[in-house]
Amino acid sequence: MLPDSPPAAVPAPDIPASNPPREPGLAELFVAFAKMSLAGFGGVLYWARRGIVDQHRWMTAEEFNETYALCHFLPGPNVVNLSVVFGSRFRGIAGGVAAFAGLVGPPLTIATILAALYMRFGEIDALRRILAGVACAAVGLLLATVLKMMMPLIRKRDAVGLIILAAVFVAIGMARLPLQTVLLVGIPVSLAVTLTMRRRANP
Amino acid sequence: MNSNANPVWSLVWTFGLMSLFAVGGANSAIPEMHRVAVDVQHWMTDKQFADVFAISQLSPGPNVLIVTLIGYSVAGVAGALAATLAMCGPTAILAYYVSRLLARSSQSRWPAVIQAALVPLSIGLMAASGLILARSSDQSWIAALVTVAAAILAFATRLNPFWMLLGGGILGFAGVV
Repeated sequence: MLPDSPPAAVPAPDIPASNPPREPGLAELFVAFAKMSLAGFGGVLYWARRGIVDQHRWMTAEEFNETYALCHFLPGPNVVNLSVVFGSRFRGIAGGVAAFAGLVGPPLTIATILAALYMRFGEIDALRRILAGVACAAVGLLLATVLKMMMPLIRKRDAVGLIILAAVFVAIGMARLPLQTVLLVGIPVSLAVTLTMRRRANP
Repeated sequence: MNSNANPVWSLVWTFGLMSLFAVGGANSAIPEMHRVAVDVQHWMTDKQFADVFAISQLSPGPNVLIVTLIGYSVAGVAGALAATLAMCGPTAILAYYVSRLLARSSQSRWPAVIQAALVPLSIGLMAASGLILARSSDQSWIAALVTVAAAILAFATRLNPFWMLLGGGILGFAGVV
């Protein structure tokens, strides 16, 4: 490996294309996802993109976006889905399990230790005050994420989307209806509206 | 459900089912977790739920780990493991099969349509999460102000979220919140 690239000897963008990325092994998958997971705090997605696309070049940015879109449309924790889909693409079921174990195993251990500490010391006054303060900030971070996700709908003046959003907010947040009930009504309605709008836009 | 049964099974059932309904990720399921854990099963108080959310944000890893903490408080280490695997397992298996299916029948337009339809639902769910957590966390004017300040900082800057959490913790320790 050359420490410094020689000036203009080889055009840099050609290097990745002529040198296709190596397929990761099981241990490699486990370690890579464990690293992303432990770095990623307040969400692993940013680190997953960095690790998979930028560092290891296991996927192009487009492939990553497509895979993530699939995992976002499926229910459940998105990054967990991503780890399974990604790992199994390279190494079958064993690869999916290795990536999943890397993503969830180490932080699961940390969270369990924190839970034990909380059960033991949760009543200590200083800790209660600290957690109350952290909770306030954590709620703020969640609200910022909601706002960021709403911006495309607001920019597109997607009135129907915003009405559906508001209806779900009221049904779940204020009326406290069960999630299943709301989704069993909400998903068909939203799907029907989306299809109708698309047909009207390009018949 | 039989309340005398082993609580681990009740965790597996609760989170296994929730896994398949968590449209848009773990944060969308927080209202349902709160409803089940606080209102229906009485596993924890409202305050403890807010604490558990704070701890889950403080620890590294995917957001789904809030169920690890809920599971632990119900049934110790077994509960933590059972809740986490139940919340991740069904959807992971679903993801595996759907990705296989889509790889074979390339370029279906259904995922794009379904995803577009789900976006407003999942944002609505996350907004409801924010409301429910704010109700239990923001008990004072200053607490609400900390939430608003953290929201504005996270929305308008690229500051690492860790600093907002740290700031909240320091203000809490100082007894301001």
